[in-house]
Amino acid sequence: MDFLNGIVVFANFVFVPGLAYGAQLALGALGVTLIYGILRFSNFAHGDTMAFGTTITILVTWGLQSAGISFGVLPTALLALPVGIAVTGLLVLGTDRAVYRFYRKKKAAPVILVIVSMGVMFITNGIVRFIIGVEDIVFADGERFVITAARFKELTGLDEGLAIRTTQALTLMTAAIAVALLFWFLNKTRTGKSMRAFSDNEDLALLSGINPERVVAVTWLIVAALAATAGVLYGLDKSFKAFTYFQLLLPIFAAAIVGGLGNPLGAIAGGFVIALSEVTVTYAWKRVLGYWLPDNLAPDSLVQLLSTDYKFAVSFSILIIVLLFKPTGLFKGQSV
Amino acid sequence: MMASLRTPILVSIVAALFILEGSTTILFFSGSWNSSLGILNMALISAIMALGVNLQWGFAGLFNIGIMGFVALGGLAAVLISMPPTEGAWAAGGWNIMIGLAMGAATIIAAVMAQRHLPKGRLRVLVTLALLIGGFFLYRAVLDPGVDAVEAINPASTGNLGGLGLPVLLAWPVGGIFAAGAAWVIGKTALGLRSDYLAIATLGIAEIIIAVLKNEDWLARGVKNVIGIPRPAPVVPYEVDLQADPEFVASAAGYGLDPVLASTLYVKLAYGLLFTAVLLILLWLAQKALQSPWGRMMRAIRDNEVSAEAMGKDVKGRHLQIFILGSAICGIAGAMMTTLDGQLTPGSYQPLRFTFLIWVMVIVGGSGNNFGAVLGAFLIYFLWVMVEPIGFWLMSIITAGMADGSGIKTHLLDSVAHMRLLTMGLVLLLVLRFSPRGLIPER
Repeated sequence: MDFLNGIVVFANFVFVPGLAYGAQLALGALGVTLIYGILRFSNFAHGDTMAFGTTITILVTWGLQSAGISFGVLPTALLALPVGIAVTGLLVLGTDRAVYRFYRKKKAAPVILVIVSMGVMFITNGIVRFIIGVEDIVFADGERFVITAARFKELTGLDEGLAIRTTQALTLMTAAIAVALLFWFLNKTRTGKSMRAFSDNEDLALLSGINPERVVAVTWLIVAALAATAGVLYGLDKSFKAFTYFQLLLPIFAAAIVGGLGNPLGAIAGGFVIALSEVTVTYAWKRVLGYWLPDNLAPDSLVQLLSTDYKFAVSFSILIIVLLFKPTGLFKGQSV
Repeated sequence: MMASLRTPILVSIVAALFILEGSTTILFFSGSWNSSLGILNMALISAIMALGVNLQWGFAGLFNIGIMGFVALGGLAAVLISMPPTEGAWAAGGWNIMIGLAMGAATIIAAVMAQRHLPKGRLRVLVTLALLIGGFFLYRAVLDPGVDAVEAINPASTGNLGGLGLPVLLAWPVGGIFAAGAAWVIGKTALGLRSDYLAIATLGIAEIIIAVLKNEDWLARGVKNVIGIPRPAPVVPYEVDLQADPEFVASAAGYGLDPVLASTLYVKLAYGLLFTAVLLILLWLAQKALQSPWGRMMRAIRDNEVSAEAMGKDVKGRHLQIFILGSAICGIAGAMMTTLDGQLTPGSYQPLRFTFLIWVMVIVGGSGNNFGAVLGAFLIYFLWVMVEPIGFWLMSIITAGMADGSGIKTHLLDSVAHMRLLTMGLVLLLVLRFSPRGLIPER
């Protein structure tokens, strides 16, 4: 019984939140990795693209709420998400047209594109702040829990409860659908196949008549959809704040690199690796160990390896370790 | 002809901006010499940071976006050198902390040694893991009691180890050494990797340095901030002392200034002269380096690594060298900035302000040209501060026709504060697109 209780505490505080966070990171890392695979640069504006998509979604959510429209038990933001994706798509296509295309035509070095993306990051960040400000915004509504801790205790008769929030369940389901759609697209459709061909060997793809501008545009649209979805899910699960989204850049890049830049499967794996290790290392294990260890060994201290403020340090250390031992990432990624 | 006139014209334009800010209230200028000198002092410090970044990017093509971390380390040096030691802290737990840290470092060194010297295989993995995990718990067991003891000493006003109580000017080179040490560690691990991995690595380490400063209260009081860092006396006096000095009051009256204003201006000028001296020394050194065989070699490596390596140049070694040098310069600037502020507030270190803004300065000024980087720093920092008044001025013209208290007018006026990032991004993109070599291009 004690062992089961320990597992429940572990699931409640480490596993379930870690999975939800991992799914959000995975969606973000997919966007970064796709840009890297097709356009061949690290897009520093990705965090702010996520923030932009979320901003638009929040505005539409507010509009829907004031019109009295809701999505029943689910958050209204899900209804607003398609609009968010569409507007984000317009934004990234616009920036590509106005900014990136010039450097692509010139075949500029990747590092120049990274610096350019820094400029785009500034501007997107500025636009987000301009529209919605810098405040913390909570926009989740609908039913809060799929199962509450009290209900779980009642059902199982255990001492510890496992609460699963709607946003957590939703994150995992949405992420699964998005990833399934993406892989179906990449593997089964003609456009998807041409994208993969373009990523593997640009010259060969051009020779076989693939239109590069079309591939790039489709990539940006997919990235916009992934970014807006990831941002909205993260915002529903926690809250929306422009600066937090900028800071998400580090774990997202860590996830993409750990998985192997340019490899979509790796991005997903990397997202979960980074998220679960962040949560594991910064969680205070006292209660779990109290159940699992015999009474005389039960710890007095919190058994927290690192304080939660060091979560960046965790994703960073994993990143460095992977890079030192397997420079192309866990799954084989590209290296330039 | 045009090319030779370009630099003096640009310099006089920037100088004119600072003079206008001090002397007139037309357009968006404030007409306050205090404001002008305040901007100038931070611009001098930013110029030093830009020199450091230009060394790394302009000379060697290294993409470092962790400037904020090195600047913060310099700030830490200012606290550790100049603040008085906390009474009883060393006896209570200081040595525990030091031994703990030494053990932590020994653990990492032992793990690295194990990696190097043991044959590849399962044994090596097991030994390394055992060393790291065992070492970590041992390190925490020694460190934690020390930290608790130190942080328990009068937490409202100290709760940290304190510093050495030495003159704050000494902290400037020490800040450089701190940053150089961190750069050595990062360079050793990340310089062999691809260019954007170095970017991610530096971005990450900067966030970690800030996290350490925020959380390790025993070091520099964390988010409780350290205030009252002593000034570089006798060079920079305190305003109250100046106002109490009858001689100073009399000479201020001679210029027709009231003593309070005169004392603030005097202090700002004194800082400005100090910073100018440091900037000139570093600029001179950087110019010498650029024109030396070493500088030519660095640029040769930047332009073509493969052929430079084929010529027998140690590319990785040179990269490490210049990465450390550039970071050290940022550390010096960080210590100077904390000295100017008189306080260390880890919460105020923002990557947009201390990393990306410096990049905008270097690129706008002209990467690869030291004078360009310095000029870019003055211009961009002036713009960074003045965007708000300029934006407010513009918005009040745009919204002049609207009714007071209308929603759009309020929103537009409120959002002026967010125009900084937008403007900086726009400036960066425009320069990259239309004048990618910057205002004063590399020769």
